[in-house]
Amino acid sequence: MDRVRKRKLINKIALGLSVFAAFLGLFWLVFIIVSVLSKGFSAINWSLFFKDPAPPGFSGGGLRSAFVGQGIITIVASLIGIPIGIMGGTFLAEYGRNFKFSRLVSDIADIMVSLPSIVVGTFVYSIMVRPMGHFSGYAGAFALAIIMIPTILRTTEEMLNLVPWELREAAFALGAPYYKVIKDVVYRSAAAGLFTGVLLGVARVATETAPLLFTSFNNPFFTVNPNQSMPSLTVTIYQYAMGPYEEWHRLAWAASFVIVVTVLLLSIAGRFIINRRFSKR
Amino acid sequence: MDRLYVFKDRLFLTLTVLASIITVSIVIAIFVVLLLASLDAIKHFGVFHFIFSQTWSPHRHIFGGASSIYGTVMTTIIALFFAVPTSLGIAVFVTQICPKSLKGIFSYSVELLATIPSIIYGMWGLFSLAPVMRNYIEPALQRLFLPIPGLKVLFEGTPLGIDLLTSGLVLSIMIIPFIASIARDNFELTPKEFSESAYAMGATKWEVIKDVIMPYSKVGLLGGIIIATGRALGETMAVAFVLGNDHSIHLSLIESSTTIAVTLANEFTEADSALYVSSLFYLAFILLFLSFFLLSVAKFLVKKGVKRHG
Repeated sequence: MDRVRKRKLINKIALGLSVFAAFLGLFWLVFIIVSVLSKGFSAINWSLFFKDPAPPGFSGGGLRSAFVGQGIITIVASLIGIPIGIMGGTFLAEYGRNFKFSRLVSDIADIMVSLPSIVVGTFVYSIMVRPMGHFSGYAGAFALAIIMIPTILRTTEEMLNLVPWELREAAFALGAPYYKVIKDVVYRSAAAGLFTGVLLGVARVATETAPLLFTSFNNPFFTVNPNQSMPSLTVTIYQYAMGPYEEWHRLAWAASFVIVVTVLLLSIAGRFIINRRFSKR
Repeated sequence: MDRLYVFKDRLFLTLTVLASIITVSIVIAIFVVLLLASLDAIKHFGVFHFIFSQTWSPHRHIFGGASSIYGTVMTTIIALFFAVPTSLGIAVFVTQICPKSLKGIFSYSVELLATIPSIIYGMWGLFSLAPVMRNYIEPALQRLFLPIPGLKVLFEGTPLGIDLLTSGLVLSIMIIPFIASIARDNFELTPKEFSESAYAMGATKWEVIKDVIMPYSKVGLLGGIIIATGRALGETMAVAFVLGNDHSIHLSLIESSTTIAVTLANEFTEADSALYVSSLFYLAFILLFLSFFLLSVAKFLVKKGVKRHG
């Protein structure tokens, strides 16, 4: 009987520990979100969005230039990354679904998603920044596009695979060529998933810092020309947080607040779209 | 009309093929370009000498990667030390204990940890976690471990909060969602018949988890842990804030250090000589090679784990 009691005790302890681990995970999430929200919220005001950075040590500046720079870099990156990602994913799920080559591409894309992003930064530095002789927003956008492509490619492949094969056959039976089937049947029925995948891919990339450090670099002045070095929110946060001024820290928290709120809203929205889409079936 | 369709179809096919070829060629290009850029340093310092030499002295033009590699490996080990038990606990909780109604929301909250950008982890680590580590946790650890002879070396020094331990902890939080979600998927794939027959024999819940579910999912679990290792190795921003960029090797966990990624982030734009830049590229190549290798192994294991169930 004693043995049974011992086993029951061990059972209770082990399960208790796993409950503890679960709440530890939640604790970190709450700790991070609460610190960013509480420290960032007090730093949010209109001049954050509408004023450019003040000279170091002066108060009252904002991060308009960084918001605009981040926006431009992200848009250019999306223009390169989204078409290539979706096209590549389409090949893997449609034309090339039975080829060994497609499995290889899919695996390599999976690995690329987790490759250190700073390595991509050094790569783009040596193929773009060094030959051009200066940092540029284009180089930053290109680095982000490289990170975006595998993410979108994989989600596209998965989303297209979810579309039942019978739908395509029905369209083939009407005599539609494959590209029309893909465009009008497959893309359409996977639209919500594709949209979410793209949204999350862009969001993930838009918050990267490491690949921008040696590509778009930073710029204390407002610019809309992607051919020169460009400020971005994330690199600015890094620079400001490591800097000595209280005012800089305040702005860094404000920028973090904006990023966290945006990312949380986007991922909750993405979750919502996917759930609604797939609970209908 | 038909010919137009055939033409358009071919065109679309070509575009999609091109896109997937571009994706693969980017990886190959990254390898080739980084290797070419680091040739100078490879010729100068060799392979083994570079990996094991800890002198990193830009003004004497001597570069050795040992300190960066040491920091990379140590932060990753610390991260795994914290993250693996926590993630397994989370997976056990979600699959075995948690009421069905809370399951979805709970898994989702853990996954949210993965959507928080690394720069935010860095900010939080520097301004929120580091002070707590400096003022409470590290002094407490020192009181606990300094009297023990063998463990003394691991906790010597002044607690600053900017050190290997804090970096490892931040990294561990970042990789928890990856291990936890793969562990959860694998636990759920274990056939019900197996666990139910163990219950029928009178096994407790923990015994079923330990002796049936865990052994059944070990291949997938191992894959998940290696993926997380690959991510921890190359993480830059979260660590750059809280590690201190110090090119010397300390055994103590509460001393500053540097990782390959952090060295790159801090020194790449300041490197002034060709050899300096080339050495940094060399470090980048080592990092790329390590993570690519680990992630391929992990990919293989995860696939194998899933295939066995399918």
